[in-house]
Formats: sequence, C-alpha cells, structure tokens
Amino acid sequence: MSNLFNIDIVNPEQSFLSKDNVFEVVIPAVEGEIGILKDHIPIISFLKPGIIRVFSESEEQSFYVEDGIVEFKDNTLSVLTSSIFDLKNADKNFVSASISSAEAELSKDNIDDQKRFLLNHKVEVLKSISIN
Amino acid sequence: MPSLDDLRKRITSVKSTQKITKAMKMVAAAKLRKAQENAEKGRPYSEKMNNVILNLSKSITDKENAPKLLVGTGEEKVHLCIVLTADRGLCGGFNTNIIKKAKSYFEKIISENKTLKIITVGSKGYDQLKRQYKSYIVENISFKESKNINYFDADKVGKIIIEKFEKNEFDVCAIFYNKFKNVITQIPQEQQIVPLNEDKDDKDVSGNDNDYEFEPDEDEILSNLLPKNISTQIFKAMLENSASEQGSRMTAMDNATRNAGELVDRLTIEYNRSRQAAITKELIEIISGAESL
Repeated sequence: MSNLFNIDIVNPEQSFLSKDNVFEVVIPAVEGEIGILKDHIPIISFLKPGIIRVFSESEEQSFYVEDGIVEFKDNTLSVLTSSIFDLKNADKNFVSASISSAEAELSKDNIDDQKRFLLNHKVEVLKSISIN
Repeated sequence: MPSLDDLRKRITSVKSTQKITKAMKMVAAAKLRKAQENAEKGRPYSEKMNNVILNLSKSITDKENAPKLLVGTGEEKVHLCIVLTADRGLCGGFNTNIIKKAKSYFEKIISENKTLKIITVGSKGYDQLKRQYKSYIVENISFKESKNINYFDADKVGKIIIEKFEKNEFDVCAIFYNKFKNVITQIPQEQQIVPLNEDKDDKDVSGNDNDYEFEPDEDEILSNLLPKNISTQIFKAMLENSASEQGSRMTAMDNATRNAGELVDRLTIEYNRSRQAAITKELIEIISGAESL
C-alpha cells in the first residue's frame, strides 16, 4: 500500500504547486503546526505566517506562507493562499521589507492581541528565513 | 461633388484610421490570449474557496449566530453596488453593457425606496454613471497604473467593502461585471456577494460528509474566510472582465477595420469615376473644339 497523497497549492493568480507523490506535509495552522499523512480525517483550518514543508519521495520543499486556508479531504490537501514563495528563491529584499512593514505595524498601539501575536510570529519566521 | 483632391485626402485619412484599428485589433488579440490564460489559471482558487465555504456553511447549525457576511444583516434596505468596468474605451459595447445592466438594477432599487450606494471600479464606468447617479457614488476606484490585474488590487476593493460592512453602511452588496463566454459574446453579470447567495442547485450536496474537523471552530474559520472570499470574488470578476474587455475590443476593432476597408473601396470607385469624368470632359472639349474649326 502506498502511503502517498496529493497536494494542491493554489494562489489567486495560478496553481502554485501540484503533486501527487507526497507522504507528509507540515502546515503552520493557526493553533500550531499540523503534520498531515495519508488518510488524515477531513479537516479545514487556516494558516498563520510560517513555513509549509512538503516531503515527497524524491525531495523536500519548503514554502513561506503568510495566510491561507487548508482543506484536507479524500487524500487531497488543498492550500489556498494569497502570499507564498519558495524558500529557495526567497528574495532577500522582499523578506527584509516584509519584516520592517510588520514591525512598523507592531509599533502601533491600537492593535489587538491576536493581531499582535500573528505579527510577532511573522517577524520571527521571516527573521529565521533571512538568517539562512 | 467633392473635388479629386478632397477625395484623395479622405482616402488617405480613412486608410490611416484603418491602420490604427488594425493595430489595435492585433494588440487586443495578443492581450486576449494572456487575459484568457490568467482567467483560467485563477479559476481553481475561487472554485476551491467556494467549496470550502459551502462545506463550512453546511456544518453550521446555529444560523442565528452565524457570521453576518454569510447570512446578511437581516434587512435589505441599503444596497451597495460595485460596478466593474474598463479604464479604456474603444471596446465596443463592453462598458455600455455593464452600465445598462447596472442601471436597470439601480432603477429597481430606487423604485422600491431603498438606499443605493455605488462604487465604481474603472474610470469608464464612473464617466458614464456620474451624469445620472452622481449623488449615489460613494467611491470611485481606478487601477490605471497597474499593468496587470493582480490580487493585491482586488484585495483593496475587498477591504473597502468589508470596512463599510463593519460600519453597517450597507445590507446587500452586488457586483456587476462581464462574464467572458467567448471572443464575440460577453454576458453582463450581476452577482450578489453579501450576503452570500448559496446556489441551491449547485451540485448535489455530496452526501452528508459533515465530518470535517475544524481547527479552530467553524465560526472563527468562517469569519476569517468570508472577507477573503469577497476579495476572491472581486478578483475573479476582474479577471473575467479583462478577458471580456480584450475580446470585445478585438471584435469591435475587427469590425472597424472591415468598415474602413469598405469605405476605402467606395471612395476609390468614386475617385476613379470622377477622374474618368474629368478626362472625358477634357476630351470632349478638345474634340468639339477641333470640330468647330
């Protein structure tokens, strides 16, 4: 029995990634990271800023996402996101620009706790990217 | 009877117009292919989004406390209409068709004594609507500067809508755009996005697989998802619109080129005839002059 399933990552402009030979995907869901294997029960959740790791037989890929929705059903994982890039072609300027805009947002007083948490988290993740 | 010189000038002028329309047609054809591709690429996203929302809304049992964006405010007094048009003209009936559709909706709203608010996206729509409905237009957005349609722009419009909704500025929101059927046919569409109109006959309700696990709970996911859905719908409409615009322009320019060709033919015949007439006249004068000697 194979233990592989499908993944579709789409953003509004196009289909970003589509594979049918992954055996594990780790997604940064809003309440903590979730690792998904074959025959996971159907789930809908949304993402916080973080890194999606896709493990397939031949390679491991990592993508940075800012937000989005994931749905897993019938052994197909769909990720809908409006902001995603492959860590391999991360644009240094873009990353640092994102960090500074997030930090600028953080310095405002009128943001609620949830937003503050998400922004803090975003800065953390982006910084870890820019170090590598 | 225009003189030979006048005719010649007209022929050159029509010919140069023909060149322009022909060039515009070519450009539109090239852009159309790209726009069509983009529209197709964008489809999976909005489809998946719809699916997720459909699944979610099915599993919501407590309709009373469901997010307002999904079920509405319970009233329908204030209607917000988003009219999406092009920024440029010379594309046949493209803009006019959307406006016509929107106007008939506006009339209905006004005759029912409800409040109407209009947001126009694209400068042509604003130009056409401001004469009659100036007082209703609350916002006028144009993305002339952005070269391609991107999600970022759609998101801006989406955010404006959400903001207005949160301030209770409207109850019902509809968007108007042209749906791209094929190069010659574009169908003006009216689509309600707030509250979300569930298509009752949209596929069969694939079994009772309400066995999703939600993390966090349904309400929170929905309230996160619905604003995104609005931006997605707008984006979809913008993509359809741009494909339609190019298609419509291509057809219009094709017609214009053909008409110009016909006009040139007619003018050329007229020009040749009057030239011939002038020659014949001269000959007759010479011959009758010689005869009288």
